[in-house]
Order: sequence, then structure tokens, then C-alpha cells
Amino acid sequence: MTEIALTLTDAHASTARRARRQRLQDAAFRNATLAFALLVLLILGGVTVSLIDGALPALRMFGFGFVGTEVWNPVSEQFGALAPIYGTLLTSIIAMAVGIPVSFGIALFITEMCPAWLKRPLGVAIELLAGIPSIIYGIWGLFVFAPFMQSTIQPFLIATLGQIPGIGNLFMGPPYGIGILTAGLILGIMVLPFITSITRDVFETVPPMVRESAYGLGATTWEVVWNVVLPYTRTGVVGGVMLGLGRALGETMAVTFVIGNAHRISSSIMAPGTTISASIANEFTEAVGDVYTSSLVALGLILFLITFAVLSIAKLMLLRLQRKAGV
Amino acid sequence: MTMSNSATLATPIGGLYHRRRIANKVALSLALGAAGFGLFWLVAILWTLLYNGLSAINLSLFTENTPPPGGEGGLLNAIFGSVVMTAVATAVGTPVGVMAGTYLAEFGRGTKLAEVVRFINDVLLSAPSIMVGLFVYEVLVVRMGHFSAWAGAMALAVLVIPVVVRTTEDMLKLVPNSLREAAAALGAPQWKVITLVAYRAARNGMITGMLLAVARISGETAPLLFTALNNQFWSADMNAPMANLPVVIFQYAMSPYEDWRQLAWGGALLITVAILLLNIGARLLAGLGTTRK
Repeated sequence: MTEIALTLTDAHASTARRARRQRLQDAAFRNATLAFALLVLLILGGVTVSLIDGALPALRMFGFGFVGTEVWNPVSEQFGALAPIYGTLLTSIIAMAVGIPVSFGIALFITEMCPAWLKRPLGVAIELLAGIPSIIYGIWGLFVFAPFMQSTIQPFLIATLGQIPGIGNLFMGPPYGIGILTAGLILGIMVLPFITSITRDVFETVPPMVRESAYGLGATTWEVVWNVVLPYTRTGVVGGVMLGLGRALGETMAVTFVIGNAHRISSSIMAPGTTISASIANEFTEAVGDVYTSSLVALGLILFLITFAVLSIAKLMLLRLQRKAGV
Repeated sequence: MTMSNSATLATPIGGLYHRRRIANKVALSLALGAAGFGLFWLVAILWTLLYNGLSAINLSLFTENTPPPGGEGGLLNAIFGSVVMTAVATAVGTPVGVMAGTYLAEFGRGTKLAEVVRFINDVLLSAPSIMVGLFVYEVLVVRMGHFSAWAGAMALAVLVIPVVVRTTEDMLKLVPNSLREAAAALGAPQWKVITLVAYRAARNGMITGMLLAVARISGETAPLLFTALNNQFWSADMNAPMANLPVVIFQYAMSPYEDWRQLAWGGALLITVAILLLNIGARLLAGLGTTRK
């Protein structure tokens, strides 16, 4: 009798020990995963701190005037960010002007028009294209697209739009081939797969019931898209566009090849210019002196702030759509 | 019959029906045109790449190092450097991403912290890669005093992490809770439930995420420009600048030498083919899994 009681308490003790050990292991595992999750936050914090730290000498020297000055002179060590900021914004605007309608058209085609057997292959193809590295777009832009712009598109623009008073200023000057317009158009082609794949995903969150009801009322395909699908997915579409914009703003390699790297603001959009990322990529390893390097890091900081804001808005909008769709 | 039908139907409301149909036709033709236009450029890029790249591919591309200006050579050292740095970056970034993703999917569900981490991770996922290069430059290159393959690999690892976090979380969330409960009911502690049951159920998806991350970093140029730099010679020293395909492509394409440009096209084709294969492999693997989106 006592023997049995003894072995029982023994067993109890060993289960208790095991339970304690398992609790410890669980806690260790849990905290390890937590630590790595915090590491993700730490990376973003590290990026922020290191950029601010690296940019401080330049910001101290030039103050807020850094953002509003066009001069970029490594010899006299005078630096201003206006030209790269201008180039970054302008190339992205051109890219969006091309990218948004075209990707919207492709997404509309895939979701509403194309035969069912073509849907999946087309969708997969678009997603594979989104994976092609930007340097490929850059090298294509340099060897194929820029010469084509120089020989065909730009002379045509100069001869037609360039003659109109007012907006003609945008299309003046010699056809260099390279420049802001060329870079913007290449960016536009590059963001197509990104925006298209998100827009398509977002279009497919519309419940078939809603779509079919509209068709049942006699709406045409276009009316369903414009009056039902788009209002339903508005935040998601904007989110996708902002994500594409984030890519375009920060894109380096597709732009660096064809932008011309000229730190000036020209009235013509066909003139060479520069963007923040292209300036950094072109000049960082060659920058001599602390002020020069620090000015380039300060450019990076500005880009960081712009893209962080854009990407945050994109993410919030996509989240809002997700909540609505109840995913 | 349909003709007369629509005609009689249309009369009471005048030209409205007609107008709606025209608007529909115009809009859909525009969409079709846009689709054709967009796909045309994307196909044009791939075709140029294939055309120029294929003529540059030969045996010496894989057996000789990058040449000096005007010389003959291949891309051996650059291919080696890219493979090594990608491998190190994946080896460093994947465990970090898997652990963080595990926290988000298993422990942090519904907590404020998980929400913040998820948000920041998504921002990192599409953050410009050149900033990661600047970050690693400030943190590693400046401290060490020289460019190195380690710094390049770390910059790539920072890009791997968000991709793996995202796919790990998504895939773990697809694992049915009944599986976890069954394991827990057998008395398995939570860490065993996760590592032995949930990971196994989500394995294909997690490997897919890793492949996607590898595909993402193998074409990245910007983060390597001022971390790994480049090296014209063969180097297996992780503590020294190392050649890599993207930077070689960048430098050779911008050069005035015809031989170098040829090599740049060859390298570009190699990278693209590798990335397409990785992506297709990842897709097939994801399709193999029992869980489908």
C-alpha cells in the first residue's frame, strides 16, 4: 500500500518536473521568437538612426536650406537637394501617368474580359514579370529605349508639342535620348506588373453576388466595373497605386542608366536630370570628403521619409479594404 | 431577332441604351488596348534580353574571370560572388524571418505589438533597397574601414528577412487549428506543437517564401554598390570586396567597350533566367502543398 503511494508521488514529482521543464522551454521558445520579431523593428530603427546620424554633418552645415537649394558643387562643397527631389517626383509622376491607366486596363482585361482559360496564365505571367530585377529594365533602357527615344519619339515631340506656346517649354531642347522623360517612361513600364497584380487581386475581392446583381439589373461590363467594382475596391486600388508609387520613388537601377545624372532643374522634361537614388548610386563610392558623403546620406534620409509616408498610406488603405472584405 | 428586340426595347428611353453600349465598347476597347500596350513593352524587354544575351553566352562566360578593358573573359568570379553572397544572406536572413514570422502567427495573434511588427515589416518589404545599402554602409563598412563581401551579404540578408517573415506568417496561419489542438491534447508543449506539427504542415509554403527571397535578392544591385563593391579578380575572401553579377552588369553596361557590354547582356540574361526559374520553382512547390490560397 505504502509502496504504491510512494511510486505515485514519485510519478507526480516527475510529471511536475517535466511540466516545469516544458514551461521553461515554451517560455524560451516564445521569447526567442519575440526577440526576432523585435529585431524587425530594430532594423527599421537602425535604418532611421544611421541615416539621421550620417546626414547630420550636411544638415548642420546647410540647415533646412539643403532641401530648397539647387546647387550641387563637389568642388566648392556646396550641396542642395532640390534637383534630385524634383527629378524623383517628376519621374514618378510620369511613371504613374503611364502606369496607372495601363495597369488598370490590364487588370480590367484579366478580371472581366479575358476567357477563363487565359486568366491564370496571364496572372502568373504578370507576377513573374514583377520579379524581374530592375537592372534589366535599366540595361534595356540604356541600349534600346533611349536610342529609340532619341531617334523617333523626342524629335516628334519637339516638332509637335514643342511648338505649342506654354506647354511647349516642357518639350524643348535637343533630343538627348536619356533624361527625365525616358527615365519616367521606363519606371512606368516597370511598375506595371506591381500595380496590375495588386489591382487584379483587389478586383477579385468583390463578392460575385454583388457583381452578378449588377449584371442582373442589366448593367454593361463597363458599368459594373465603374459603378460597382471600383467603388467597392477604391481603397485597395489606391493602396496598390501607392505601393507602385513607393517603388517608383525609390527605384535605383532602372533610372540610373538613363537619367543623365545632371544636378539641375530644366524646364524641359526631356533634359537630363537626376533622382535621389540615382545620385546616391552614381556618386557615393566616388564622394570625397565628409560633407559630400553626408549630403548624399541626407538625400537618402529625404527619400526614406518620402517613401515611408507613401508606403504607410498604401498599407493602411489596403488594410482598410481587407477589414471590409472580412478576410 | 435580337436586333429587333433591342430596337423595340431601346425606343422608350431614346438613345440611352445605345449610348451605354457605345460607352461600354469604347471603355473595353481601351482596356484591351492598354493590356496590349503594356504586354507589348514587357515582351519587348524580354525579347531584347534574349536576343542580346544568347549571343553573349558561351563556355568562357562560365570559366574565365572578368576581363580588363578590351580583353577577353567571362563572369566566373562574379557568378561565384553572387552565389556566395546570396547563400550567406539566405542562411542569415531565413532563420530570423522564420522566427519573427512564427511570433506573428503563433504567439502574437491579435496583440498590438504583432500589428506594429507586421506593419513595419510590410513597409520594409517595399522600402527602396538603396537605403538598405546606405544603412549597412554606415553600420558595417565605416566601422570595418573597408568594403567587404560580409557587408554585401548582410545588406542582402536585411532584404531577405521581410519576405520570409511575411510568407512564414501567411503559411502558418493556413495550418488548421485542429492540428495544433490535437497535438496539444496529446500533451505536447507548445514549442513542440509549432516546430514538429505546424512547421511540417507549412513546410512547402515556407520553402516557397525562401525561394522567393532568393529570387528577390539575386538581382539586387543597389544594396551591393557600396557594401560588397566589386572586384575584377577572383576572390573568395569574405573580408574583401567581392565581384557580383549585378554590379558587374552595371559597370560593364555603362562602359564604352563593346566586349564589356556583351558580357553585361550575358550576365543580365543569366540573372533573369535564374530568377524566373526560382519563381517558377517556388510556384510549383506552393501548388504541390495541400493548402491552396
